[in-house]
Amino acid sequence: MEKQNRRSFFKSAGLLTATIAGASTKSVKASPENILSEDRMGVLVDATTCIGCRNCEWACKKAHNLPAGELNSYEDKSVFKEMRRPDSSALTVVNQYENEKRINFPINVKVQCMHCDHPACVSACIVGAFSKKENGSVVWDTDKCIGCRYCMVACPFQVPSFEYDKALDPEIRKCDFCFERTKEGLLPACVEICPVEALVYGPRSELIKIAREKIKKYPDRYIEHIYGENEVGGTSWLYLAGQDLAKTKALPALETKTAPGVSESIQHGIFAYFVPPASLYALLAGIMWLNKKKKESSEGE
Amino acid sequence: MSEYLKPVPIYLADRQVQKKFFTPGVIVLCIIVLNGLLFLAARFLFGIGSVTNLNNQFPWGIWIGIDVAAGVALAAGGFTSAALGHIMHREHFHSIVRPALLTAMLGYTFVAIGVFVDIGRWYYIWHPLVMWNGNSALFEVGICVMMYVTVLYIEFLPVVTERFIGKVNLKGYLSFFNKPLEKLLRILDKGLNKTIFIFIILGVVLSTLHQSSLGTLMVIAGSKMHPLWQTPVLPLLFLLSAISVGFPMVIFESITASKSLGLKKEMEVLSPLGYTVAPLLGIYLAFKIGDMFIRETFVYLTELNTASIMFTIEVVVGIIIPLRMFLSKKVLKTPSLLFTASALVIFGVLLNRINNFVVAYTPPYSFGSYFPSIGEISVTVGFVALLVLLYRIIVLNFPVISQPDKKFAIKTKYTIKG
Repeated sequence: MEKQNRRSFFKSAGLLTATIAGASTKSVKASPENILSEDRMGVLVDATTCIGCRNCEWACKKAHNLPAGELNSYEDKSVFKEMRRPDSSALTVVNQYENEKRINFPINVKVQCMHCDHPACVSACIVGAFSKKENGSVVWDTDKCIGCRYCMVACPFQVPSFEYDKALDPEIRKCDFCFERTKEGLLPACVEICPVEALVYGPRSELIKIAREKIKKYPDRYIEHIYGENEVGGTSWLYLAGQDLAKTKALPALETKTAPGVSESIQHGIFAYFVPPASLYALLAGIMWLNKKKKESSEGE
Repeated sequence: MSEYLKPVPIYLADRQVQKKFFTPGVIVLCIIVLNGLLFLAARFLFGIGSVTNLNNQFPWGIWIGIDVAAGVALAAGGFTSAALGHIMHREHFHSIVRPALLTAMLGYTFVAIGVFVDIGRWYYIWHPLVMWNGNSALFEVGICVMMYVTVLYIEFLPVVTERFIGKVNLKGYLSFFNKPLEKLLRILDKGLNKTIFIFIILGVVLSTLHQSSLGTLMVIAGSKMHPLWQTPVLPLLFLLSAISVGFPMVIFESITASKSLGLKKEMEVLSPLGYTVAPLLGIYLAFKIGDMFIRETFVYLTELNTASIMFTIEVVVGIIIPLRMFLSKKVLKTPSLLFTASALVIFGVLLNRINNFVVAYTPPYSFGSYFPSIGEISVTVGFVALLVLLYRIIVLNFPVISQPDKKFAIKTKYTIKG
């Protein structure tokens, strides 16, 4: 009886290790599409040019089939009295802040998903419902999402929003960089409608060059910082302004290390090809066997 | 000792208990459960927003902080006592293994239900099984918890077979099934007898993994989390706190159950068990304070705000005071003091999880702060009440709690191998 037990113990322990080892090769690939292409696109926002017409808000709603209302209703400037955040009914909003250089000329800052180079949402999502595409867009897949809202916890820009009032099929909503439009060669809706060219769409590497030239050419107009060039490891959306947008609190103050970096290294450390868990299993099995043997020998005496 | 203490269904041991199932306490629990169920119905009919105070600024509330995170931590008694009783093979403590296992089984079941309630698309709860993201800490927690729940149910099966073997007695038409059922139970019993050690070890490994990964969850929130709690060693702190709360939880429950069911307190087991708490709690405290000094976060304690107050309460009331108590021989030998010390450790870990998931979370843009709604509190409290009720029903009917009563000691063929 006892012998059989010990043999079956080793057999099953071996089997388990084999299964885990087999599964590990599969799970390494099991992560969502996350492409960091050299040619990824971006948008350069010039906060010194933006006039706060909010046409982009209207165009965005139109492009995403959200109730948009009349375009001329967006001329209402009273909304600027309070800071607004993107939500499930508006994927982008423009906020107004005090201009540090010229008091009577407030600056306008559009906010939306920044489409990070190393997106926290893509790393965090339990089912891989977020993916970063070849052109830089970070998009969400309704067929996978379970509505856990971990993406909202993870996002350093506090962007994804959730439909709290829906009992069935609530969606995570955020700017998708007009993925469906750009696929057909169209511009993102906000970029297309902007009347003053405060938004410029193009390859991210080119945009950084343009931004640097602008700063060089007009040193009085801009501060020497491109927001989004290095924040959380870089974002597709880049901002030029005459003042520090993080200090104005128009955009969050962030470090240059990527948002999912620490979390992923911990995760990969604990699960390095399932070696640590399998070793722990073997160790515990060894201790169990030794303790059992010790007890048996003391009983036998 | 193990011949003398035997797990028995309390109903069989004490006929007196049977008459008074609906004690005033039980009736109050039932009302709390019903109240929770009403709010739960509203959540499923009208969406999460109708019942909770959650919004785009605060996506996670107490349903995650308490029901899930604290639930997992407080069910840690299951794996710590399995490690002590079976892996370290300390026979003296065998009598705590089953109650701890039952707590873990019920606790994790409610963690799963808590997740089910909190996620927006509850009907997709199975998605992580087929849609994988190896980079996600939440994915790991999800998979580990699913596997561990299964393992816990398998570990509990011997209790069921022990209860029914030789006693299957269905009436009427169903009596036809008596023989096959009896046979099935015996096959199960025989198979489990030989293989249960695989699951016991697996349970401990899975627990170590997800108890720590639960801490990794909030690491990705980065600067959105208050620096007093945000640290790369969060997973280690979560694991250490889970290990240190395991036995206090077992002690707390054992004393509560003894009192509620009018049984003898198992001090001869609980006192030596309490002896192990101080070193475990000490290690946790050392890492917590060490981390604070390495990252120099103590500067935040000089400010007077919710975060600094909550952190201080967590460390002083939840770790330092009970640590001092567990070091005293008098406390270990006095049921009421041992109970208080254990309750403080439980309070400390509960508060730690609430702090990590709710208090520490400060998004860059917020319009006001989060405080749980009546609906959220009702559902959480309702779940706890339901758990207590189920625990009561199960210990009354199944051989979980050990009793020194020879008259009713069931003749068991079964012993856990390993």
